[in-house]
Amino acid sequence: MRAAVVVFPGSNCDRDMVVALRQSGADVAKVWHKDADLPQGLDLVAVPGGFSFGDYLRCGAIAAQSPICRAVVDHANRGGYVLGVCNGFQVLSETGLVPGALMRNSGLKFLCKTVGLTVETQDSAFTAAYSQGSEIQVPIAHHDGNYYATEDELKALDSEDRVAFRYSDNPNGSMSSIAGVLSANRRVLGMMPHPERAMDAQMGSADGQALFRALVGQTTQA
Amino acid sequence: MKAIVTVMLKNGVLDPQGEAVKSALGGLGFSGVNSVRQGKLIELDLAEGTDPAQIDEMCNRLLVNAVIESYQLDIT
Amino acid sequence: MQHLIAIPTFPLPVNFRIRVQICTVRDDNLQDPVITPDLIAAHGLSPDEYDRILEIIGRDPSFTEIGIFSAMWNEHCSYKSSKKWLRTLPTEGPQVICGPGENAGVVDIGDGQAVIFKMESHNHPSYIEPYQGAATGVGGILRDVFTMGARPIAAMNSLSFGSPDHPKTKSLVSGVVAGVGGYGNCFGVPTIGGEVRFDPAYNGNCLVNAFAAGLADTDKIFYSAASGVGMPVVYLGAKTGRDGVGGATMASAEFDDTIEDKRPTVQVGDPFTEKRLMEATLELMATGAVISIQDMGAAGLTCSAVEMGDKGNLGVRLDLEKVPTRELNMTAYEMMLSESQERMLMVLKPELEEQAKAVFDKWDLDFAIVGETIAEDRFLIVMNGEVKADLPLKALSGTAPEYDRPWVETPAAEPLGDVPHIDPIDGLKMLISSPNYAAKQWVYEQYDSQVMADSLRTPGMGSGIVRVHGTQKALAFTSDVTPRYVAANPFEGGKQAVAEGYRNLTAVGALPLATTDNLNFGNPEKPEIMGQFVGAIKGIGAAVAALDMPIVSGNVSLYNETDGSGILPTPTIGAVGLIADADDAITGLAREGHMAILIGETNGHLGQSALLAEVFNRVEGDAPPVDLASEKKHGEFIRTNSAWVTACSDLSDGGLALAAFEMAEAANVGVSLDTEGTAELFGEDQARYLVACNFDQAEALLAAAGNLGVPATCVGRFGGTQVSFGAQQTELSELSTIFRNSFADAVT
Repeated sequence: MRAAVVVFPGSNCDRDMVVALRQSGADVAKVWHKDADLPQGLDLVAVPGGFSFGDYLRCGAIAAQSPICRAVVDHANRGGYVLGVCNGFQVLSETGLVPGALMRNSGLKFLCKTVGLTVETQDSAFTAAYSQGSEIQVPIAHHDGNYYATEDELKALDSEDRVAFRYSDNPNGSMSSIAGVLSANRRVLGMMPHPERAMDAQMGSADGQALFRALVGQTTQA
Repeated sequence: MKAIVTVMLKNGVLDPQGEAVKSALGGLGFSGVNSVRQGKLIELDLAEGTDPAQIDEMCNRLLVNAVIESYQLDIT
Repeated sequence: MQHLIAIPTFPLPVNFRIRVQICTVRDDNLQDPVITPDLIAAHGLSPDEYDRILEIIGRDPSFTEIGIFSAMWNEHCSYKSSKKWLRTLPTEGPQVICGPGENAGVVDIGDGQAVIFKMESHNHPSYIEPYQGAATGVGGILRDVFTMGARPIAAMNSLSFGSPDHPKTKSLVSGVVAGVGGYGNCFGVPTIGGEVRFDPAYNGNCLVNAFAAGLADTDKIFYSAASGVGMPVVYLGAKTGRDGVGGATMASAEFDDTIEDKRPTVQVGDPFTEKRLMEATLELMATGAVISIQDMGAAGLTCSAVEMGDKGNLGVRLDLEKVPTRELNMTAYEMMLSESQERMLMVLKPELEEQAKAVFDKWDLDFAIVGETIAEDRFLIVMNGEVKADLPLKALSGTAPEYDRPWVETPAAEPLGDVPHIDPIDGLKMLISSPNYAAKQWVYEQYDSQVMADSLRTPGMGSGIVRVHGTQKALAFTSDVTPRYVAANPFEGGKQAVAEGYRNLTAVGALPLATTDNLNFGNPEKPEIMGQFVGAIKGIGAAVAALDMPIVSGNVSLYNETDGSGILPTPTIGAVGLIADADDAITGLAREGHMAILIGETNGHLGQSALLAEVFNRVEGDAPPVDLASEKKHGEFIRTNSAWVTACSDLSDGGLALAAFEMAEAANVGVSLDTEGTAELFGEDQARYLVACNFDQAEALLAAAGNLGVPATCVGRFGGTQVSFGAQQTELSELSTIFRNSFADAVT
């Protein structure tokens, strides 16, 4: 499986994402935000956490307009896999690849802690290795993770089984406790929690491994 | 020429910062504050004769997230 | 020689110095102000110091030159009151690669790798504008670390605030914590530990001590000494504005109630620029283009340029019109004193200039050649062809005044009166209801503690631990001081701060390596304050020598006084330890059925204890004595027998009762201790640890202790759902609720 991790000047989870993907067997390259093209023959693009452009204006807004993001949208439109974590989710929502927007946490504070997530669907390359309804432990670290979508969007997400994860105990005011959503073709996942920080029991949780293993396995076969 | 873009959360979108400011005002003893909405103001210094349609495009493509925000444009 | 100044015969308003700085000249057409006694005093220069300037340069200084001298000679940059005593601290050891004097200290961690760290205060700016003050404090310390070629891997903060019910405290706490988080989170360094304390003594002066540590290869460490004549001096990073003009002088001035007027001098931080500055700097270093590098911190361009020249025995010429600025009509004075953040000065190899510029273009950062190194001992500041300052460079740092301030020894504490027996459960409840001893998750959940995905232990329980990326090694970090002890007995209190750091590192299985000190005190011109300082330094020196944790970097913050009332003496010690194999770290939790083994001797010392202060509202008695030989022996015992230790905590404030409760709370399992004696439970005797382990481990541990003559006793057992001390008991869940809510209740 060939993967690329997008690097914006303020990305700070890019290395963590590369490590997690490599640990799961992917062949990973980093791509710079000023690049207009992705490497050839790519299966997955990961948009990592951080503060892409200082999170000025709105989180992810400036990044979503960068040259590389146009290439990421094209990749997704061709049916390629895209994973956006934390700031990456914010970027994806700004590009419109996943529905909704991420607003300031309801508590108004940055929040870093390990939270319980319920796996809502097994029907995606990202979640295939979890059992539906199971609870996994994954860290969050964000100031703007409060998921908002219109009522129609929420209905569509539910009826199409596109909510990937919900918080067991909603930490940030997200609508319907949504922590991660899938695109209509189920090949783009945006999520606020950091599965790449849950790769090793020594770090407190290894529950993120299944996401990366399933993703790498699935796309390698495909 | 100058363009002032006032960006507000759309009606109906919960504004936790506005809520916090409202409760802080209440805490300071100011009564009768029915609601507080917090937005942002963006000032653009533009070349004379910039097409207003182009400014609208700036708003739609970058300055405003139409999912949650609305804006008002004042050109002087 | 014409002397413009006589000793002023009229009293100057206390805050006069700052007011003048705010009204600095803003218009090119205006002449520089005339040098008057008022102006000299406003720069914090004493008449004696001014005479010395005249002696050095043999003429009247220009306005810009006055600014440069004031920046170099103020307490903050020159350490003029503390230098004499700082020299006495042990700073060497086989593990030390570079001690104090550079941007940060460098310590060997084996395999060609080094940990580079420092702690620094940003107290005054944080009191004036808590968010930006704290944020730029974090920014400054991170810059100190990556300036040396190290990628920051861990941050900590030691915060001291006034009484929670003081009208300013809540906004200071929320602003400082948000500022620390806002900067570190965006920059992308995990904040893995720290302290938060409250005491009315900090009502008018909060303390924000920021620590950062980074990792580098021992053969790729960068220093500040320039070398070679005619080498380009390059300015990197953000543009220069009028931020903090006069800030370094402010940081060394006492506060009074006109403090609100001083807001304009606070600098604003931009962590996004700093992140790019770090990436660009590290990338540039890898190209081999960097000869020397210096962070622009307090008094930016002045201090950094002088330091590079001074260490390299060279002169420096700067052409100020080449400095990237973001405000119009900036004067030479303002540029030389600006404290705009996220800036660096470098001396580059001229042949690699193009390569260097490409790196900075990639990261969209300013890069400008603003001067060159020169052979003569000169600090020559030119702006548009006009000489604004022409000073002997060596004299600027080398002849900075140094004072042997008079000091008096802190009088021995009165013996402690009777302490009544207290129901130990009530005592514990009162302790954990205080924001000083309640859980601090309200604070540390606002910090990203896991970015970089190497955090093995995040804040909340003793030392933070970070894996050395890609290796089995890990580093442990802690920051400690008990200001009450230092106030009562500076010597023992200084020792104790180091000893507690040693124990916190030991309790996670780390070998203590070295320390950084951040010495926060009141006005050193008062002999009793200077006496606290001297006593604490002697104590710290004795402890770091005995425990082999040399001081490799540090910072002194004096004049922490408001309206004549000083803070508690607060010499914060940041300590770093090495865990050779992360699998051997002691990071476990107590479990049902575990034994509670107390290592060390209990005498029931209640003087200056948390119980006395929080429950009886008495600040009395002597600080607990610290027996450094026992500290060393007991620490070595824990480390060599870590196989028998599942969970471990050092005993400090709150004694056995608080340590046992915290271990039980973290594991969500009850604990019962045999004793209900107030002094046994709440005494703060030093050199003690509480260990949780199973029966077999306990047998092995007790046997090993017996053989070595280390005091070790089984004092109870973990299990069930209750906390019980002797016959008194309550549900853990009830205590847990108090413990987890009291902090937020007190500060929001």
